[in-house]
Formats: sequence, structure tokens, C-alpha cells
Amino acid sequence: MKSDNRELGALAGAGIALGAAAVGAWLSTREKKHHPDSAPGWTQRRNFGDYEVVGRTVTIRKPRTELFAFWREFQNLPQFMENVEKITPKGSGGRAVWTIKAPAGQSVDIETEIAREEQDTLIAWRSVEGSDIDTEGRVTFEDAPGERGTRVSLLIAYKAPGGKVGQAIAKLFMREPEVQARHDLKRFKMLMETGEVSTSARRKDQTRAAQYQQENAR
Amino acid sequence: MKALTWHGKHDVRVDTVDDPEIVNSRDAIIKVTSTAICGSDLHLYDGVIPMVQSGDILGHEFMGEVVETGANSTLKKGQRVVVPFTISCGGCFHCNIKQYSCCENSNPAEKQDASATLYGHPMAGLFGYSHLTGGYSGGQAEYVRVPYSDFGPIVVPDHLDDEKVLFLSDILPTGWMGAENAEINPDDTVAVWGCGPVGLFAIQSAIVMGASKVIAIDHYPHRLELAKKLGADTINFRETDVREALMEMSGGIGVDAVIDAVGMEAHGFAYDNMMDMVKQTVGIGADRASALKQAILAVRPGGRVSIPGVYGGMTDKWPLGAMMEKGLQLRGGQTHVQRYTKDLLDKIEDGTLDTTFLISHRLPLTQAADGYKNFHDNQNEWTKVVLKPGMEA
Ligand SMILES: NC(=O)c1ccc[n+]([C@@H]2O[C@H](COP(=O)([O-])OP(=O)(O)OC[C@H]3O[C@@H](n4cnc5c(N)ncnc54)[C@H](O)[C@@H]3O)[C@@H](O)[C@H]2O)c1
Ligand SMILES: [Zn+2]
Ligand SMILES: [Zn+2]
Repeated sequence: MKSDNRELGALAGAGIALGAAAVGAWLSTREKKHHPDSAPGWTQRRNFGDYEVVGRTVTIRKPRTELFAFWREFQNLPQFMENVEKITPKGSGGRAVWTIKAPAGQSVDIETEIAREEQDTLIAWRSVEGSDIDTEGRVTFEDAPGERGTRVSLLIAYKAPGGKVGQAIAKLFMREPEVQARHDLKRFKMLMETGEVSTSARRKDQTRAAQYQQENAR
Repeated sequence: MKALTWHGKHDVRVDTVDDPEIVNSRDAIIKVTSTAICGSDLHLYDGVIPMVQSGDILGHEFMGEVVETGANSTLKKGQRVVVPFTISCGGCFHCNIKQYSCCENSNPAEKQDASATLYGHPMAGLFGYSHLTGGYSGGQAEYVRVPYSDFGPIVVPDHLDDEKVLFLSDILPTGWMGAENAEINPDDTVAVWGCGPVGLFAIQSAIVMGASKVIAIDHYPHRLELAKKLGADTINFRETDVREALMEMSGGIGVDAVIDAVGMEAHGFAYDNMMDMVKQTVGIGADRASALKQAILAVRPGGRVSIPGVYGGMTDKWPLGAMMEKGLQLRGGQTHVQRYTKDLLDKIEDGTLDTTFLISHRLPLTQAADGYKNFHDNQNEWTKVVLKPGMEA
């Protein structure tokens, strides 16, 4: 076992066990042995082995229940997740197929299942066994002080698959994971607080979504 | 439509561009009746603000008629509105505490990274400025797409002419907030650097707020004359040693509060300013802050420093020691316009504030490039330029 893998394993054991190793690495403040300060785990100056781990928090001036309910309807997520074309629920157990945009009108599908759910507090999902991409996500909702609304933290971990093809897929999945997650979460905040996603486009055909479609039509 | 577009340093042109459309549901389209050139536009004109792109439509002081509304706009077609230059959503933490120019949502997500890197936090969206602030098309145009139109624009009564209310969009609240940030008490002597439109409105505001003496500093005789007419004492910095004069004029105590209405392109041949000018020219990104540095040395211990003047980057030789050892308070910022519009509209209506005395030139929009050149080159006479898209050339 490689040393960074061993560390992931240890963290996983100490954290909330979601099954796969990477999730443990996000978990954060409670694990004093590995995280001597109170900052979230994802802000540490360390690497997470084979996993890319991205974490980000925003405060949204809306009640926790409302935000949770919106997110739990996975079909809503493409409204602010720019690289996700659509999310299709599969059955009633929380399984869903995420269709990720790819150049030249192509797309990649990832099937996920709900790994853990706590009403109005937490939703965690992970790719099912045998997926092209090994990924997990977790969003948590926590009351912010006073009238400030809700603190929403989004964590995404994914493992770059081996081989050229795998790596190409991973690139599509999250072109720049850090940037993508940050922007997606900002757009979620905009949508919840203002009812729309801000754009400085002067015309409809100049929005990012319209330009993406034009590129693909070529 | 016709619009004033930026193409590089000292190169702005009136081009024909696509009309704006309703894009989001809270948008409105405004047909511009009056728009102005601001001192902030001169920073873009001089190329000292980063991330302005060729073809960008400038202008952030504008008003006009509502001609189209999105499904969730509360405006009605035909209404006359003045539009704040700061774009604010009305729903975020900062909007909720009335710090509108710090709105977290109006700068599109993908545009926030640049200012977040530069300043530690992203800036809000501003009309017609830089892609740091969203890259929104501006108001020196025939039509403008106004986002969050249910929140920002203020409807103005028909009996008040455009010229009376236009400056509610920016420089009037900016001068007012500049004075408010100086926390003026009745016995105070307040010094204002810069007698451009912002400085003049700061002077007028400081007098309305009850300062016992306001001292205006500039080097253009006509601009100083306007300040004098408002009731200020004046100092021409080309002829007088400013700091020595301020000490004498405040009875040896020093002025209680100082307002920097000059910003990042201070004039003058002080040693530090020359150094900064060289650096700005070669693109090292040093703001020319010599007026502000002078203000910090001039203000009395325990005094207040208010900074409506715009800065965009770093500055050298910052008088940090004076700030700390004298126990100064500093406040600045892009103006929280929406906080002041209603109250200032009342003050225009009841005659407390005069908003037209500083307008020197009115031009059709098609001559906007001339307006820029003259407002930049002939500042003594060209004190404020109003552009009118509907005016005959
Ligand atoms: N905070 C805001 O929201 C906001 C809004 C509008 C404008 N501004 C800024 O306010 C500043 C002034 O705007 P304006 O429209 O009045 O511009 P302006 O260029 O017309 O006026 C600036 C004045 O400062 C004078 N000046 C230059 N160097 C000086 C010095 N060393 N000492 C004293 N005076 C000096 C100039 O002679 C000129 O009259 C600009 O930086 C502008 O970007 C800020
Ligand atoms: Zn301005
Ligand atoms: Zn806001």
C-alpha cells in the first residue's frame, strides 16, 4: 500500500464512514489526531493521494429546509452546475444518472447513489460500483448565526481513473475541480437568494449556456 | 444602437452595437435620456484600471425611460428612472445590511475570481467599468440592460428635469457618503482634496451636515471658484504649501477630517508622485496616492480619513506610521448608492442640494469621444459632461 493511501484509509476510519476512502479525508474538524486546528479538513496543506478533494462554503440567506429541499431534487442541480447537462432519477432509492457535458455535443454518464442523508442537514452521494469515474459528493447545511441564513458546504472528491481514456473522462467531469465547485456553489447562492443566476450578457445569445450550445452546434 | 466603446488608452469611439435584451427575469431595458462622464471613466480612459476589454460599453451614470421589463421586474413601461451605478441584488448578506456596493451576487460567478485574487474578496457588479466588476455594458448608450431592476433604480417625478436627478446615480451619493464617512461634527474643519464633481458634492454635503469650515484643495482656478461659491475656503496647491496652510487655517490643531476626492491619478510634482507615475506608466501597478498621503499627514491626531477617490492596486511609501501613531480612522469604498437615493431625492426636491451648478457641457451621445478628450485635457473648464442620446448634433 502506498503511504498516502494508508493515510486516506486512516482518515476514513476516523471520519463518518461513507464507505469509500476519500470521504474520510474531507472530514475535518472533529478528527483532532490528524487535524490539530479547527479549520475544515479541505483547507489543509496536504494532498489526498489519488483523490482530488475540493471543498467550499458559502452563506445563503435562506432557511436550511428550503435549501435542502431544492438540492435533494437532484434534477434541480443543473440549474447552477454548469458542466452538468441533466440529472435523471433512477428508481425511488435516490439513484440518479448525471449527464456531464463534453465537447462536440458529446456527454458522459455517471450513475450515483445516495450514501447518506440527514433531513435538512446533509446529503452525500457517490458513484456506483463500476462507474467510469470514482466520485463522491457531500453537501451540508448548517444554521448561520443570527439572521444570516444557512452555511452550505460542498465537498467533492474524485479519483482520476487510470489510462489515457480514463483521464480524458476525468478532465471532462471536472475541468478545473476547484474552480468548478467554487463557481457552482456561487451560482447556487445566486439562484436561491435572487431567483436567478447573474450574468453580464447583454443579449440572450451571449450567456454562457447559449455560447456553449453554439460551440457544440458547430 | 449607438454606444461609447473602449478600445484602448485614450481611444474611445461611438460604435453601432447590438441592442440589449431582457436576459433574466428581474431585468429591465432602459432607453437612456441622459448619461454622464465620471472621473472614474477617466481612470479607464487612461488605462490604469485592469481588465477593460476592447469593445466594452462604458458609462455608469445614467437615467432614462423603462421600455421593456422582465417577468419579475417591478418597473412599468414609461416610468422615468435613475439607475445606481452599483448593481445590487437586494437579497444577500451585504445588501441586507445596506452595504450595497459589496453585493455578493451581482458579479457573475465566473468573473469573481480576478477581484477575489486581487482584493481577497470579489467585488460587486458595476455598470460600464471593468471585467473585475462583471463586465456589464454601460450607460453611455441608447439602451441598457439593467439587472435586478426591481431593486436598484429609483423612479423620479416628472417635474424634476433629468439634470437635477441624474447624479443620484453616482457622484451625488458618492460626495454625500464621502462626507458621512468623515463623521462631521458642528465645530469641525474638514479638508477636501479635489474639486471635481465628487469633491464638489462632498463639499456641499459637508456644509449641509454642519461643518464649521470646509477647505477645498485643487489647482484649477475655475473648479476652486465653484467650491468657493458653495461656501468653502480654497487652497491652490500649485501656489500654496498645503500642509502648512491647513495647520494655520485650523488654528494649529490640524483639520478634524479629510476627504480624498482625487483618487489614483493625483496631479502634482511631489517626489513620491513622480515615482508612482513612472511605475504606473511602465505598468508596475502603483496607484498615485500622493493626495491621500498628504491628507493623512495633514489630519489631526484622532481624526478621520474618508476616501471616495478610487484606487485599484497597491501603493508605495504608505504612511502607515502616521496612521497608527496618530490614531486615525480610515473609511472608503464604492458608494452604497441605493442607501442614499431616496433621501437625496428629497433634498433635491426641497432645494437643500443644488445638483446642476457643476454641469459645464451638454453633448449628443455621438460626440461622447470629444467629451472624454475635453473632460480629460481641459479639466479647468470642463467640470462635468452630460451626454444626451436624443440631442441633435
Ligand atoms: N467611491 C465611488 O463610488 C466613486 C464614485 C465616483 C467617482 N469616484 C472617484 O472619485 C474621484 C474623483 O472623481 P471626479 O469625477 O471628481 O474626477 P475629476 O478627475 O473630475 O476630479 C479630480 C480632481 O482632483 C484634482 N486633483 C488632482 N490631484 C490633486 C492633488 N494632488 N491635490 C488636490 N487635488 C488634486 C484634479 O485637479 C481634479 O479637479 C475619482 O478617483 C473617481 O474615480 C469614486
Ligand atoms: Zn462614477
Ligand atoms: Zn446583494
